[in-house]
Formats: sequence, structure tokens, C-alpha cells
Amino acid sequence: MYKTLFAAMLIATPALALDDPKVTLDDPYRTGMLGYLQKQILDDPSQITLDPRVKVLAPEAAEDSFHVPITVDARGIENVERIALFVDYGPIPHILDYYPGEAEAWLSFRFKIDQATPVRAAVQTTDGAWYLGGTAIDAAGGGCAAPAAAYASDDWEERLGKVRARMWPKTGRVRVIVDHPMDTGLADGIPVFTIQALDFKGLDGKKMARIKLYEPVNEDPTFSLRFAEGALTAPLQVSGRDNNGNEIEATIPFNGAIR
Amino acid sequence: MTLSRRAVLATGLAATAAPRVWAKPRLEYALKPRQVADGLWMLEGSTEYFTFENGGNIVNVAFAETDAGAVIFDSGPSRRYAEELRKLVSEMVPRGIAAVVNSHHHPDHFLGNQVFTDKPIHALEETKAQVALHGDGYADNMYRLVGDWMRGTEAVPPNTVLSSNDLTIGGRSFSAVPLGGHTQADLMILDRATGTALTGDLAFLDRTPTTPDADLPRWRESLDYIASLEPKGIVPGHGPFDTEGRSLVQTRAYLDWLDGALTDAAEDGLDMVEAMRIDMPDEFAALGAQPQEFERSVSHLFGEYERAALPEVN
Repeated sequence: MYKTLFAAMLIATPALALDDPKVTLDDPYRTGMLGYLQKQILDDPSQITLDPRVKVLAPEAAEDSFHVPITVDARGIENVERIALFVDYGPIPHILDYYPGEAEAWLSFRFKIDQATPVRAAVQTTDGAWYLGGTAIDAAGGGCAAPAAAYASDDWEERLGKVRARMWPKTGRVRVIVDHPMDTGLADGIPVFTIQALDFKGLDGKKMARIKLYEPVNEDPTFSLRFAEGALTAPLQVSGRDNNGNEIEATIPFNGAIR
Repeated sequence: MTLSRRAVLATGLAATAAPRVWAKPRLEYALKPRQVADGLWMLEGSTEYFTFENGGNIVNVAFAETDAGAVIFDSGPSRRYAEELRKLVSEMVPRGIAAVVNSHHHPDHFLGNQVFTDKPIHALEETKAQVALHGDGYADNMYRLVGDWMRGTEAVPPNTVLSSNDLTIGGRSFSAVPLGGHTQADLMILDRATGTALTGDLAFLDRTPTTPDADLPRWRESLDYIASLEPKGIVPGHGPFDTEGRSLVQTRAYLDWLDGALTDAAEDGLDMVEAMRIDMPDEFAALGAQPQEFERSVSHLFGEYERAALPEVN
């Protein structure tokens, strides 16, 4: 009888593991979601570890559910190719992917939060390995299913795709705001309307950095990038398009005199 | 092991006899009035942020005795608070309660209104509109922040719109001055008999000013105006009774610093999370509810500063 039971367990064990990711991490937030997210967003990597060098900085509580500020800092890791930002709890978990390229592995931006949740940053290096960090944010929530504030004004279409930007060559900082509703598709009767990507290039066309945006990025997306001090020596072009085919084009002037 | 019916019964009995850990003592604010001028009392809240321990009692409420009964300035953060307030004032003032005044539409100042719906509740028109618009959301959020203290609390807008700068009740005469800057509409009351200013949240003392609806230039003008009245005493929205005008000076200094600090952060190319972590002068770091209130202010205000710092490029 014991033999039969043992045989049954042998068969049962692999079946139980079908949903498990290749690597099971000791998740400090214990949400029960991490394995699922590893598979859904990171394509179930075979090399992934928790790493304190991936710092995710945010306020403890979201004061404004529509614009939750967040900074990811993975400058302690070399050869970063991609940084994926996502949440455990929310109708659309994947926020964005950042490909720093010539920039440092550091990004600040804002997103819409739907409820209290951990926010994770997964950093992939050029050898394919992943490093994971995160922080928890408390929230009253409701940021995902409301219409964009832009629709309260009647000139939002004229503002669509307007870019505000500035660079600080001395400190290597670049900041950009693109006016866009970034509709999630979760508000009644308003379909998904989002910028899909923003590319930063030199005037010679050299690729400097790329951000792929998903629905949770805030209305009028606001990004801060960092380059090495002194690395910015010329204007930067920023370009992109939204899912309705609207083009975004702007040149961020070089001004070495500003701070 | 098989459970016999007797064993199950015994387990059940044991559970019944165990201490009922969920039966906590009844929550009570234990309000303590302090007389601050002739016929004028203040109930001083803590200078913290909202917690499960303080139940939202972080706000100053005051009441003045008139020939028609008491006039209560602001109704507190919850139904429970206002029930205690009503009982206390009814015991202290023989003629009971004549009227209530709401200084502005923030939740700790009006969520006790439902206990006074049989009385005139005076407020500015814009305050009434803001409570009607945001009141339910505030009540929901307060449940999240302080928990069971809020039980049964519902947002009730003020029922009487002030139409004159003169508010005379039961022979006691008040100036009712429509100001703003902390919110869209901030009512300041001056008790003419004692020269005491009830500023609502236009003035804070030893507690960080809050800015979710702030207009800093307008707020500073309002502070100048209150100072020009040279009040003999000030009941600030939060913090202790003030006889020296410190609340006006301190609130002004903090708003000036906040404005400068956010301008510099935006001009230096910082993003919000970095701006939340800048060094704060000791005098402001020592105020109540820091650093949470500064972080909240960055969330509220930084968007305008960064737009001003980033030129349009297409």
C-alpha cells in the first residue's frame, strides 16, 4: 500500500509544479503573485534573483492615485539592458519597460495606482540574467478606471503630443513631459489610447534610450533620465507614437549654461 | 483520532469561556475644553497625522457662548467626535447649541455635521459646493486612515450659506471674512467682543500646514490680512492657542520655504521622489506630521513647478 502511495506522489509532484516559475523566489511581500508575474511579464527567466542593488523609491502612501511618483535606481548593476516595472495588484500589472542604452540604469516617472500594492523593478543585464527589487505603496486607489482629467478641458486635442523638456548637461539629467491622456480602456466608454514608445536619439540618429509605455503610465507622462556627467554634449531628439498613429516629435535643446 | 460529540462540545465550551479579545473598550475622544477668552472655549487636537490611535482628533474645534446658545466652530472629524462635542457643549452652555460654522471643506473640519442637522450650519458657498462634491470620498478615505472611529459617519454639507460679513447670533457679533489659499474658500471668524481670530486652516502652529487644495500666493495674502487685524488671540486650525501671532509668522515662513524649495528642485532637474527627500531646515522638520506632510505637498504642488521649469519644445 505504501508503494502505491509513493508512486502516486511521484506522479502528483510534477503536476502540482506546472504553474510554478522556473525559479521560485523568497518574496519579501508574499503576495502570491510573483511567480505568475515572472512568467507573464519576464517570460519565466531561468536566472533571476532578489537584489538590493535594484532600488525602487516611492512615497509610502500614494497621495494622488493618478500620479504616483517612482524612481528606480539600478546604477549599482553593470550592463543593464532592460528594466521592467510592474505591480502585483492592479488590473494592468505591467507599467513600462526601460531600455537605458547610453543612459544610466535610473528612471523616474509616475503611474496610476488602483490599490495598495508592491511595485517591482526587474533588471535584465546583457547576459540575460534578471535582478529584482521593489517597494510597497499604500493607496486609497481608483487611479485606473477614471477618465483622464484632460477631458474636463475642451482644448485637450490641441495639447496632444505637446512636449515640455529640458536637459542639464552638467548633472546629466534629462526631463520630459508629453501631454497625452494615456487612457487605460477601463473607464466607461473610453477605449485604450496610449503612447506606445518614446525614443531618445542624438541628432545623428544614434540611439540613446528607449521607453515602452503601457496603460498604467500616468496622464501627461513625465520622465526623468540620467546620463553620466558630461555625456550630454548636443541636443536630443525625442520621438514616439500612440496607438492611434499620432506622432510625437521634439528636440530637446542643448544648453550647457543651465546649472 | 475521531472526535466524539462530547469532545466537540467541550472544545466549544472552552472557546466560549476564553477571553473575548475582540471586545475592545468603547472608543472615546475624551474632549477637554479650555477657556481661551471670555465666553470662548477651544478643544485642541493633536498635531499628528491621522492614525488609528488618535481617531482623527488632530483638529481644533471651538465654541462661543451667546444669549441664544453656543456657536460651534467646525464640527470635527467623525460622527462619534461630534456626538461627544454636542453632549459636552450642551452640558456647559445652558441654552444649548445655537449654530455651527464650517471653516472649510476638509474632512476633519466638517464630518461631524450630521450630528447638527437640526441647527443652522453656516459656511461659504464654495465650501458647501466642495463638500457636496468630495464629501463622500473624504469620508471613505477617513475610514481607511483611522478605522472604527468613523463608524456611522456620513458627509453632510452645510445647510446655510453665509451672505454677509456680519454674523450676529444671540447678541454676540462676529466678523465672517471670506478668504482663501489653504483651500478655494477659507472662512475666518473674528469674535469682535474678545478680538479672537478663529482662522481655520489658514494658520497652523507647531504643526505642518497641509496643501492638498492650496494656492500659495492667495494663502499668503490671507495671512497678511489676518495679521493686519492684530487679533488679541488666535485659535489656529491645528496647534495650540496663540496670543503672540506666532501661528501667522510660522505658517507664512513655511509656505515661503516650500515655494522656494520646490522652485529650486524643479530648476535643478529633480523628479518628485527626489524632491521629497531634500533636506529640510530644522525649524520645519520639527513641526508635527513631518515628513509626511512635506511629501504630500510635493505630490500636490510639484507638477506646476516642473511645468514652469520645462519649456515647450515642439
